[in-house]
Amino acid sequence: MGSRSSHVAIPDADSIRRETGFSQASLLRLHHRFRALDRNKKGYLSRMDLQQIGALAVNPLGDRIIESFFPDGSQQVDFPGFVRVLAHFRPVEDEDTETQDPKKPEPLNSRRNKLHYAFQLYDLDGDGKISRHEMLQVLRLMVGVQVTEEQLENIADRTVQEADEDGDGAVSFVEFTKSLEKMDVEQKMSIRILK
Amino acid sequence: MEGAELAGKILSTWLTLVLGFILLPSVFGVSLGISEIYMKILVKTLEWATIRIEKGTPKESILKNSASVGIIQRDESPMEKGLSGLRGRDFELSDVFYFSKKGFEAIVEDEVTQRFSSEELVSWNLLTRTNVNFQYISPRLTMVWVLGVIVRYCVLLPLRVTLAFIGISLLVIGTTLVGQLPDSSLKNWLSELVHLTCCRICVRSLSGTIHYHNKQYRPQKGGICVANHTSPIDVLILTTDGCYAMVGQVHGGLMGIIQRAMVKACPHVWFERSEMKDRHLVTKRLKEHIADKKKLPILIFPEGTCINNTSVMMFKKGSFEIGGTIHPVAIKYNPQFGDAFWNSSKYNMVSYLLRMMTSWAIVCDVWYMPPMTREEGEDAVQFANRVKSAIAIQGGLTELPWDGGLKRAKVKDTLKEEQQKNYSKMIVGNGSLS
Repeated sequence: MGSRSSHVAIPDADSIRRETGFSQASLLRLHHRFRALDRNKKGYLSRMDLQQIGALAVNPLGDRIIESFFPDGSQQVDFPGFVRVLAHFRPVEDEDTETQDPKKPEPLNSRRNKLHYAFQLYDLDGDGKISRHEMLQVLRLMVGVQVTEEQLENIADRTVQEADEDGDGAVSFVEFTKSLEKMDVEQKMSIRILK
Repeated sequence: MEGAELAGKILSTWLTLVLGFILLPSVFGVSLGISEIYMKILVKTLEWATIRIEKGTPKESILKNSASVGIIQRDESPMEKGLSGLRGRDFELSDVFYFSKKGFEAIVEDEVTQRFSSEELVSWNLLTRTNVNFQYISPRLTMVWVLGVIVRYCVLLPLRVTLAFIGISLLVIGTTLVGQLPDSSLKNWLSELVHLTCCRICVRSLSGTIHYHNKQYRPQKGGICVANHTSPIDVLILTTDGCYAMVGQVHGGLMGIIQRAMVKACPHVWFERSEMKDRHLVTKRLKEHIADKKKLPILIFPEGTCINNTSVMMFKKGSFEIGGTIHPVAIKYNPQFGDAFWNSSKYNMVSYLLRMMTSWAIVCDVWYMPPMTREEGEDAVQFANRVKSAIAIQGGLTELPWDGGLKRAKVKDTLKEEQQKNYSKMIVGNGSLS
């Protein structure tokens, strides 16, 4: 018995909050979720912990999403790292766009950072360009065995050609952003956590 | 010398008491009402504790992390609507938004993971193991808790272990003896008697209080009984009220001894590990069993694994392909008195049994349901889902389409292929590839 409370104190809660912009309540919920996913109570998540989520494992981009939690070849993600990636999907509030202090880094859920996250899902080797080959591979992940190689190559060629402006055969982040100018990125890449 | 004599005397009085008050009534299926009195006292104590706790907690700390309420606002639009980009249906760079959003929704909240941890209680039941949210309230409560610990570990545990030991030994000895007899109705009657007595003893060793509802629908000979699975104790609970033929793998050790003894008296269906993989062989043997109308009904748990008793997961279709009449049974435990869920990744069998024996009691409801058969034009999967719904509704459990095997293994690729198929149809199926 004794005074065991239900919330384990989140280490560095304040700095995480400043960095990601999540409210205290949202952070608590995410921390609870982190602990639930961390089955063996290791204090960090491994790829396997994320792969156990059924709905994520059937997602055609599931593997790419899981990879995005483990940048630079790491094998573990701790709670701050977990929340940092999730922060990309925080809805854009009015308060974020108002006070744009030029000295502070751009918030993680800005339009640019959301687009950058999506860009990373395509950019397999992280070199800042989506080559035709990478496009083909990601497409293959999304369609599985349902589409022939020829059809897939056609789609990949068309997509790269349309977005590629400087003719180098690859799509850079700037070109990527330009081709999605008109898209309502903020709405499509946001998940609202209920109070 | 005197000490040993005294100990011997105490032991023998203890055993005679146990024999008289518990074992003999079990043989005749009679209850002396001792457990009812125990339960009444227990319920009163827990009610008192609940009131004290509610008076004690400040209002804000009721931050219910209730698993059933969603924490994110879900956009349940189908893939087509969610993927509509600037140009309609062809592939676009923005398609990745939809999938990544769905992926992240699953990361933040999914309905399966929470089914493999024990159900959280609304109010504490004075067991440390269920103390998730509850804080120190008052010295009186602590006293009651300490008293509870003493009662559970020093009084109840030895009693229960003795009973369990006697129960299992009697089972092994009894069934072996009965197995020596030639096949006859006397043998069947004796084997039933032995099974029922030993099961009743074992149930008492867990302080089990079981309510059977709708006994008129109890599974008949030549049928198949299916039930939702929460723990190995499910078997005990069902066999206390009737004899079943069990299906399962041959184990080693203690379980193996019990299995081998039981099969001498009564035709259970045990498979070698290698045989289990051959589904045709399994189906064939089960079909043979139910074809013989004199044989006991088979007991099967189609979920294939233990779930935490808040929901029912996918029923594997194998049991529903055999044919015959299905007798569904719903089992719901009352978590207030003890958590019956066996989290096999967290606890092994022995520690699980010890936890069971140091809980207050195992209280559960068993509902027998009217028999169901496969209808015309219904395939095994649809039939399985129909039975699953019926059991979920009766037991007050939620229904999930996911496979319980997700606990251990990764999701089957077929489910992922379905998503990929849907997506491919959209970007390719329209023909406009240019």
